[in-house]
Amino acid sequence: MNGADAVAKSLELQGVTTVYGYPGVAICPVYDSLINTNIHAVLVRSEANAAHAASGEARISGKPGVCICTSGPGATNLITGIATAYMDSIPLVCITGQVNSDLIGGDVFQEADITGAAESFVKYSYLVRKASDIPRIFKEAFYIASTGRRGPVLIDIPFDIQMQEVRKFEWPEEVNLRTYKPTYYGNPMQIRKVVTALENCERPILYTGGGVHLCQARELVRQFSEKYNIPVVSTMMGIGTMPSLHPLYMGMAGNNGNLAANRAIHDADTVILVGARIADRAVSQPQKMMANKTLVHIDVDPAEIGKNAKCDLPIVGDAKAIFEEMLKQEIQMPDFSAWITELQSCRQRKSRQVVPEKFTDPAYFVNELSTHMQEDAVYVADVGQNQIWSCANIVMQNGRFLTSGGMGTMGYALPAAIGAKMADPKREVVSVSGDGGFQMAMMELATSNQEGLELKHVVLNNESLGMVREAQRFSFGGRYTMVDLKGGPDYEQLAKAYRMKYMKIETNADVETVVPKFLKTRGSVLLEVLVDEDGIVRKGGAVK
Amino acid sequence: MKRIFSVLVENRSGVLSKVSGLFARRSFNIESLAVGETNDPEVSCMTIVSSGSKQTMEQIEKQLNKKLDVIKIKSFENWQSVTRELILIKLRYNKSNREEILSICTLANAEVVDAGKRTMMIQMCDTPEKVQMLLDLLAGISIVEVARTGTLALQRCVDTEK
Repeated sequence: MNGADAVAKSLELQGVTTVYGYPGVAICPVYDSLINTNIHAVLVRSEANAAHAASGEARISGKPGVCICTSGPGATNLITGIATAYMDSIPLVCITGQVNSDLIGGDVFQEADITGAAESFVKYSYLVRKASDIPRIFKEAFYIASTGRRGPVLIDIPFDIQMQEVRKFEWPEEVNLRTYKPTYYGNPMQIRKVVTALENCERPILYTGGGVHLCQARELVRQFSEKYNIPVVSTMMGIGTMPSLHPLYMGMAGNNGNLAANRAIHDADTVILVGARIADRAVSQPQKMMANKTLVHIDVDPAEIGKNAKCDLPIVGDAKAIFEEMLKQEIQMPDFSAWITELQSCRQRKSRQVVPEKFTDPAYFVNELSTHMQEDAVYVADVGQNQIWSCANIVMQNGRFLTSGGMGTMGYALPAAIGAKMADPKREVVSVSGDGGFQMAMMELATSNQEGLELKHVVLNNESLGMVREAQRFSFGGRYTMVDLKGGPDYEQLAKAYRMKYMKIETNADVETVVPKFLKTRGSVLLEVLVDEDGIVRKGGAVK
Repeated sequence: MKRIFSVLVENRSGVLSKVSGLFARRSFNIESLAVGETNDPEVSCMTIVSSGSKQTMEQIEKQLNKKLDVIKIKSFENWQSVTRELILIKLRYNKSNREEILSICTLANAEVVDAGKRTMMIQMCDTPEKVQMLLDLLAGISIVEVARTGTLALQRCVDTEK
């Protein structure tokens, strides 16, 4: 057994079934060893997409996604994917090949200091020095990636270490790291204090972030909200905590959020923040926003508590464990029905929609698309106007909404959809991108084909970088530059080139007939939706 | 506010760069940094002096705690600790100022550790304030080279007996 065999065996012992990656000579031993396992290796078309696909898989399976790339450019290409996962706390184990140990530092062919370069985007990284360390390192890496605040872990393995003989494969029973003991259970005293705060408040709100999904606390948060009649708002990453049309759900808050959600936070006297980090796009002026109210912050990462806003009641721990405990408490909860009625009336106020004649209204389209999707479907939104339209208009039940929230990485949707589908092939998976982001990732249509996946892709085509264009329109006096995508492909021909079916929606009139057909057609389908380059994302959510 | 962080880390390659990288990445200020092995060869102690708002000081500690190579952090203020810096100063001297230099050394409790015909080297080990005082006193003298350590600090004995 050599180091590469030890990698393959470690992955098997860790229960990994799929890896995503791109080979090169420096990682050849690992891929060679994988042939002898039941692990399926998916060949992507560009390395960053390996990390995005692994991220999509991790977010559906709840287990770390794995990607394996080569040294040098393979590794540096991976960085954007690692950083994207890091910002959204997605558990990944990223393996890179490295030049021979004795050549490290010599600037040899395809050498890159990847552990150094990726340092600020990883939860932890290893440069393997001895092949016999591989089992321990892998056991630790999976543990670190999937506990505490989730995140990517990088393992860089020099070629000679992959080839080095491992006399005895020693798989540790458990992980023992003296410097890493994440808090799982919430402090009971703090939980009691939160209960007391709730018993004495009038207008509480649960503000949920991506952490709720990461630790599978969604059902518990829903139960808690329903049991005590506490309204819920979410961040972009928290979308899906509640069904969109649930009477207690007020929508997404923040810069791009809706009025009811922002009013809920603004008017609340007690905000219970769960697995959210008070990011700038979610709460633009945290100190002002959180003044005059009790802020309860539940987060697994103590560094997030108090980082952006003063917190009154911190609880460090896993949201699942904490809500299990909260549901066991005896709470004399006051009646919040007046508060809920107030928010609901705000929620029902619809802004007037102007229906464009020439193009499709993206808000209407997203609404129709998501309504027709299956109850547990996965909707993967890319980045840009399409993302904001998706967030604002998606109608969800028990599915998932995936997007690159923190990093805002264009081209995330398509590869992440591939990963999501690999994780759960029976589930309906739809990616929605703009034509900009789609063109950053469309080479992965080949990957999807090769894997025989049945995926549905939507391109909201305005032949333009809509979000930047909108910024130039409002903040740069309409001096448009670098936003034209008029040279874009003919999407019908593109679909044909990738042996996919193609459909098109030109105006709102097509939506009703095409959307159900698009979702019901067997095989992969590319749906082009024509939208207006002058369309803007709805900014109706500011509380005046 | 100024704060001293005494950070115990795994004595491995790359750890210093991870810690200093964290400070750079989050725009935390480093006023001084001193690193050395502890009595346990597997553990190094980094003494970092930083300044900034109370919230920043809190973040430094929390973010350092997230680094998996960091074993333990103690943070304290100047008055809660004993601090020391070591300085070596090479001076150019002549007959006319030799006495003055020596009297400054006596005054500051510095010591001449080496001397040539035109240059001499003095050494001082004291609090950062005293070390600065010595440099100020030598302002009129021609200094050739200076080597100065970062601040070393340990919490005062009464405070550590918990």
